[in-house]
Amino acid sequence: MQTRKKYIFLTFLASWLLLFFFGGDQLRYFSFFSRRKAEARRNWPRWTDQSRLKSFADPEELQSDGDPSLPSPRERRAARLSIYKNSGCRMETCFDFSRCEKNGFKVFTYPRERDQPLSESYSKILASIERSRYYPPNPAEACLFILSIDTLDRDHLSGQYVRNVDEKIRGFPLWNGGRNHLIFNLYSGTWPNYTEDLGFDIGQAILAKASFYTENFRPGFDISIPLFSKDHPQRGGERGWLYQDSIPPKKKYLLVFKGKRYLTGIGSGTRNALHHIHNGKDIVSLTTCKHGKDWEKHKDMRCDKDNVDYEKFDYQELLHNSTFCIVPRGRRLGSFRFLEALQAACIPVLLSDGWELPFAEAIDWSKAAVVGNERLLLQIPSAVRCIHPERVLAFQQQTQFLWDAYFSSVDKIVHTTLEIIKDRLLPHRSRSRFLWNTLPGGLLALPNFSTHLGDFPFYYLQHGSSPSAKFTAFIRAVSPAGSLSQHILRLIQAVSGSQYCAQILVLWSCEKPPPPSGKWPQTTVPLTVIQGRGKLSDRFFPYVAIQTDAVLSLDEHTSLSTSEVDFAFMVWRSFPERIVGFPTRSHFWDPEQRRWGYTSKWTNEISIVLTAAAFYHRYYHSLFTEFLPAELRELVDGLSACEDILMNVLVAAVTKLPPIKVTQQKQHKETVSQQVGCKDGDAGSPPVGEQSPSPPRSPPAKVKGTVGTAGGRRFSQQQDCLNQLVDWFGYMPLVSSQLRLDPVLFKDQVSVLRKKYPRLEKP
Amino acid sequence: IMCASAKYNTRGPALIPRMKTKHRIYYITLFSIVLLGLIATGMFQFWPHSIESSNDWTVEKRSVHDVPVVKLPADSPIPERGDLSCRMHTCFDVYRCGFNPKNKIKVYIYSLKKYVDEYGTSVSNTISREYNELLTAISDSEFYTDDVNRACLFVPSIDVLNQNALRIKETAQALAQLSRWDRGTNHLLFNMLPGGPPDYNTALDVPRDRALLAGGGFSTWTYRQGYDVSIPVYSSLSGEVDLPERGPGPRRYFILSSQMALHPEYRAELEALQAENGESVLILDKCTNLSDGVPAVRKRCHKNQVFDYPQVLQESTFCVVLRGARLGQAVLSDVLQAGCVPVIIADSYILPFSEVLDWKRASVVIPEEKMPEMYSILQSVPQRQIEEMQRQARWFWEAYFRSMKAIALATLQIINDRIYPYAAISYEEWNDPPAVKWSSVSNPLFLPLIPPQSQGFTAIVLTYDRVESLFRVITEVSKVPSLSKLLVVWNNQNKNPPEDSLWPKIRVPLKVVRTAENKLSNRFFPYDEIETEAVLAIDDDIIMLTSDELQFGYEVWREFPDRLVGYPGRLHLWDHEMNKWKYESEWTNEVSMVLTGAAFYHKYFNYLYTYKMPGDIKNWVDAHMNCEDIAMNFLVANVTGKSVIKVTPRKKFKCPECTAIDGLSLDQTHMVERSECINKFASVFGTMPLKVVEHRADPVLYKDDFPEKLKSFPNIGSL
Repeated sequence: MQTRKKYIFLTFLASWLLLFFFGGDQLRYFSFFSRRKAEARRNWPRWTDQSRLKSFADPEELQSDGDPSLPSPRERRAARLSIYKNSGCRMETCFDFSRCEKNGFKVFTYPRERDQPLSESYSKILASIERSRYYPPNPAEACLFILSIDTLDRDHLSGQYVRNVDEKIRGFPLWNGGRNHLIFNLYSGTWPNYTEDLGFDIGQAILAKASFYTENFRPGFDISIPLFSKDHPQRGGERGWLYQDSIPPKKKYLLVFKGKRYLTGIGSGTRNALHHIHNGKDIVSLTTCKHGKDWEKHKDMRCDKDNVDYEKFDYQELLHNSTFCIVPRGRRLGSFRFLEALQAACIPVLLSDGWELPFAEAIDWSKAAVVGNERLLLQIPSAVRCIHPERVLAFQQQTQFLWDAYFSSVDKIVHTTLEIIKDRLLPHRSRSRFLWNTLPGGLLALPNFSTHLGDFPFYYLQHGSSPSAKFTAFIRAVSPAGSLSQHILRLIQAVSGSQYCAQILVLWSCEKPPPPSGKWPQTTVPLTVIQGRGKLSDRFFPYVAIQTDAVLSLDEHTSLSTSEVDFAFMVWRSFPERIVGFPTRSHFWDPEQRRWGYTSKWTNEISIVLTAAAFYHRYYHSLFTEFLPAELRELVDGLSACEDILMNVLVAAVTKLPPIKVTQQKQHKETVSQQVGCKDGDAGSPPVGEQSPSPPRSPPAKVKGTVGTAGGRRFSQQQDCLNQLVDWFGYMPLVSSQLRLDPVLFKDQVSVLRKKYPRLEKP
Repeated sequence: IMCASAKYNTRGPALIPRMKTKHRIYYITLFSIVLLGLIATGMFQFWPHSIESSNDWTVEKRSVHDVPVVKLPADSPIPERGDLSCRMHTCFDVYRCGFNPKNKIKVYIYSLKKYVDEYGTSVSNTISREYNELLTAISDSEFYTDDVNRACLFVPSIDVLNQNALRIKETAQALAQLSRWDRGTNHLLFNMLPGGPPDYNTALDVPRDRALLAGGGFSTWTYRQGYDVSIPVYSSLSGEVDLPERGPGPRRYFILSSQMALHPEYRAELEALQAENGESVLILDKCTNLSDGVPAVRKRCHKNQVFDYPQVLQESTFCVVLRGARLGQAVLSDVLQAGCVPVIIADSYILPFSEVLDWKRASVVIPEEKMPEMYSILQSVPQRQIEEMQRQARWFWEAYFRSMKAIALATLQIINDRIYPYAAISYEEWNDPPAVKWSSVSNPLFLPLIPPQSQGFTAIVLTYDRVESLFRVITEVSKVPSLSKLLVVWNNQNKNPPEDSLWPKIRVPLKVVRTAENKLSNRFFPYDEIETEAVLAIDDDIIMLTSDELQFGYEVWREFPDRLVGYPGRLHLWDHEMNKWKYESEWTNEVSMVLTGAAFYHKYFNYLYTYKMPGDIKNWVDAHMNCEDIAMNFLVANVTGKSVIKVTPRKKFKCPECTAIDGLSLDQTHMVERSECINKFASVFGTMPLKVVEHRADPVLYKDDFPEKLKSFPNIGSL
């Protein structure tokens, strides 16, 4: 015991002496700056004559910055046009805006040639344009052109490399030096330099390319797109993997990487260093040398050990269980890893210097990724450790939003590219950065509708405003001409009685003209009749007359009381982005038929609110008419009661949330008529109140019972409609809800006099 | 390396294991000796330095004319021209900046010298008033260092704000001989008026090699995105004229053009607009017949009418900013100051600070070709948006244009954000005016996620000593299908919780947490044991909720995971007589709060309650042993901007043997106290965040004429 003490004492003494003699210099350095702090910093001097200093420019010179000797603005513009061609292209020098003025933003794809093989990815790109609202039937209407030559893979060692592109392009009569053309590319250049040369002259075409290097990027002209695999879905796309918001982020790993280590050549600088940050605990950074044909030739000391470690971890497992993922450059700047991490809500830590990030013109990556510096790899662990848990949570959610809004399918990637270009055409009618980076994202926020945040249903909270205090009642009238039905008269009475009603619009869907104004009931609010075109989708046309944020959509046969309207409107004001209404339907997966089913039976869950009696934001009229392609509206016009479903599907696709059902005074007779014309007994619409036997179909697993039925044929049309819509969207956007919103004292045992909505409880 | 504040204690301080006493004394003695030794070392080594420290505390009193003169030989080296391919990762040396906990770059300023050529002729004005202000601002800022060895960024004191006031070649030579020049690496030059006749380059013509350029008037061809910084052209008028902020709204003129010396072609186009649209368009020019002594810059004329400048800008909704000989125009600053919405007509111009500022919110950009359509384009801007743009324009001026200091600091901040991107200032901080920052809400749980049902919820029961009632609550709650864990927070330090064997046997894990102090906030601590997102806070006397009601509450929470979803609802009201808020627990048609005696909410809010509760609310609640639920309601409503959801019909929350919430609520003093809480919290939050709604959530088929046994939640509302 004594000896141990002695040794300890001696060690301390020795270390103290060592410190005294050798450590003095270091110590001096540390105390050096603490000493300097006490002392006056040598600041910029306060000159004794600083008030007499001259200004950097004469005020008059500043205010009149002209030079009469300069050529006229028009000549200067012309000069710029001739100087800044090709590699100096900008929209104003290389793009013909006039092509887009007359017909709007239309994108034409060249007809495919039979002998031209197309890669899977390029076919998807072309398909997503052809079935979109951008596609014109006639090339003369087009504003932007897309080649039918596959330019995705320009690595001339690749099997998909198309030869003699230059020659082929020159043969196109529309090419025009590449003006107003958009060229997609995923891979350019090849071993060993991977230069971004495409192997043909793109001229004045806009280049949408993956792995863009900032130096080659023509700002405001080219577009950087993400690298996606050939298996990337055409539409819909998988959802992100984040299904819970946990704080602190409860993941097994902090930071992970698993991938190739390049021993030589471009990109090896970073890939060769990644193993340094591996700590085997919360930071896992694994590299392997085993890739390529002759890896053993360059093999170094680490390789064998690394290869063993590498096999111990599964990439997917790491991706799922890590908060941050390193996304280093490969041979090229971008990698599949980027989208994989984004989907996995694994916050990308980018180590790819000079990479023009995908869609950076629109997307604010600082909210979803850590943009690291290849040279500072070793600082990354401490930097990410220092990111606050709240910020981590915000990052994770943003990755999911971005993934879902812009990246999860080829359609989204292509449409984002096109919308970015569209935004450049009319700068004053374009999306602010806020719109691009806030839910539901730029593709779903149409600047044609408005550029003011308060006009959309999504931004009230961030904007600090609230929806307008009144609504517009929008009634679709189908009664035969000449006289007004009792239904509609009662409905107008009830609706105009609401203190929140601003105006009533009647959509007259009959061919015969509406009754003269004298025949309409006298109301306290203005009543306007609009002549429809006899189409079902008319009801969601963005009529200029609708000036309030809220629209109360009604059918002539709907019966509602003023109390119901008032209460539902109060609820809508709390949920302005959703459909809030009375009669509901639900969807379910039918495992026997392997398709989606639609039911009007009473169920414990609802996912559709019929627009025969529902509040929603007027923006959805614009979205319905402008966002969806004409093809879908035609589908709706041809099927009975499909426009309801489409509207619900659309709103659910935008909000990812279910609609809201509110209390109904009495059950609607299931009478929602879907007549288009005005003749009684129009095909597809069963007589009002018909009680047909319930279709012989097994009820969905969760639905516990059946009361009330609907017409068989219409029912099957709705089923078809639903399945076609799911097919178009690429997934089932509808979300189910188990709740209904009632007034606070609904059916409570309190005096009726205390209740604000006593009428809702009447049997 | 230490993080600023990323770690939180999940428990109180850990106990240090005790050593044997005699060893302890021994080690303490040894430690003291070493410590004393170290102190002595320090004293001995550094004694002489520490007494002279106060001697330097003198402000230099010198004239600009007394600065040292440097003669530049004719053959001294000239830097390369600016390299257009420079980016941060190629031309900037990040190693100089290092990793530091504050995430601030260090900026060094070279001392002022006067440069002359071989013949003694000066190269430029020594320094302009504005550049002196700029350097003073940097020197006074947090970025400044006087230690050239620790600097990450170097700012020469050679004034290149105005290219026309200097000799290009000689200035370049002066730059090249700076002590740390090194091809201009990490050097930052400020220039506002680039180019000169005849071609007016859009970037400074002085050869500067790799130096970063903060330039006013870049075009897309000269601006190196992510490397250079685009800055405004400072208008000296802003210092002279005080234009008080004017409320947004329509103004006398719709479009105003105030620039002098416009090209006749532009002027003709503007006049055509005026001819078409009449008096709402006003086109001003230089006054030709001003009496002597009136500064021409402060007046503008239209025919014979004289207007004060810049005051006239406040009379207009939109103000045109046209390209002159250069792209950057000082008028932009005046226009923003006047809260007039700038209409930028200068193709390929990089707007000031465009890397961080969202100019679409404050300006209208119109392509030069579209100038004839300007009127109709501007007419299509919604009125409410114009008002926001006016506010935004003024805010940009106040924050980033008003002084050389504002310009300098914004520039340095942008460079700083590139070097420490993970600590960068967000879009909102750069762009939202203070009023918007105040009124807008950014929900921390913004992603619309419906958490999977399988996750279940964790019930937290706060208890003191009502064991019998507690056991009944545990038994009842354990019947709820989605319960995944039960946590009892034992808040009584004087009494041990019952033996393990006495607790009810339930199908899910049951954990007891003992607390160090009897505090109400223990209920809201983010215990590590909570592994689910959903938390059910339940009092130890709430035994009247049925399993269906609780399960339904959980389902409702899944649909609204960012809200408080609870059973008993309460309301706050404005008492017009007393002029303050009042607490209401009567049978009302509205709710604005739910009691956390029985409520579901996201675990995140526990974290917020414990670490981010504003002001002294948390301590206040603990001291008064009341209102923790009201505090939670305030917190959630404030951070999400959303209302609570009350579920299921009203019940009597009363049990005969205990004083439940309702029992207490009847108490008059209790009501007064609760009202006090609301008033106190509203003043701490600076606003009333609670939202009043008229709805509650029931199951879809609640009270519908439908067989009960087919309903998912039949047992709801039973008394």
